Amino acid sequence: MSQDTHHDESHGTVKSYLIGFVLSVILTAIPFYMVMGGDFSKATTIWSIVTLAIIQIWVHLKYFLHLNFVTEDGRANTFSFLFSALIIVMVVGLSVWIIYESNAMMMH
Amino acid sequence: MSTLSADLASTNVDAVSTHDDHHDHHDTSGDTVFGFWLYLMTDCLLFASFFATYAVLFMNTAGGVSGKDIFELDFVAVETAALLLSSITFGFAMIAAQGQKKALTLAWLLVTFCLGAVFIGMEIYEFHHLIVNGHGPQHSAFLSSFFALVGLHGLHVTAGLIWMTIMMIEVVRRGLGKATVTRLSCLSLFWHFLDIVWICVFTVVYLMGAM
Repeated sequence: MSQDTHHDESHGTVKSYLIGFVLSVILTAIPFYMVMGGDFSKATTIWSIVTLAIIQIWVHLKYFLHLNFVTEDGRANTFSFLFSALIIVMVVGLSVWIIYESNAMMMH
Repeated sequence: MSTLSADLASTNVDAVSTHDDHHDHHDTSGDTVFGFWLYLMTDCLLFASFFATYAVLFMNTAGGVSGKDIFELDFVAVETAALLLSSITFGFAMIAAQGQKKALTLAWLLVTFCLGAVFIGMEIYEFHHLIVNGHGPQHSAFLSSFFALVGLHGLHVTAGLIWMTIMMIEVVRRGLGKATVTRLSCLSLFWHFLDIVWICVFTVVYLMGAM
């Protein structure tokens, strides 16, 4: 019995895939609409599409890749992902920061 | 990378033949999938360095075209739709495989393959269109980093399509044994992971570039 529930959680159901899919469609349509329509200011648009992308990544991780803190496998996957995410933020964030700062200093 | 997972999976087959114990086998397949997940995390870092390169270089257009001039969002929206649909169809293939429904698994895998092929076909068309119009990767740092980042994702999807073909042949020949389902689980992680990378690509490259 506990094996069955574990199965459902780690592999997903038709319902969980459909929820993930519908959320993804909404979270993809809004940023495309915002940029293609061009009705919003540049700052608003950038912050909105970045936020929506992060939410959509979370939706994919939860509903398609079944990351969770409940099962043992899910926890191992989730923590290794969080570690990678930390490294990615450092690699991308710090590279961009360093290069843009040095660019700004060269210009002055 | 598909060779790596095939190796891992064949180790798994050995485990089945030497230990008849069901629990032993279950643990090994979990390890295989977790090992593949760790590979994907290192792949994340590869993509992260390509994204960092793009973020640093995208303004250096060498007097040539910028993202605003060459990106067609209608086209990208269709590509995105194909990849997103292929994610859910692969999910249905996995559910069918868990339920030991061979024909249904193959049908969903075929649908997924077609959607992936549509995505790759559109990407090749886009690259070809850019190169023919004189916007090849050699013209500016922006174009080099654009082709490198989007091309890297495209190569991953192509590898996924080749792997999917091999898995379809395996399912036809051997049915849905435990080792086969484990391999399908690895491919499913790979495929969903590529969709996540694509979210970052269309947000950072196409949407921000077209603004």
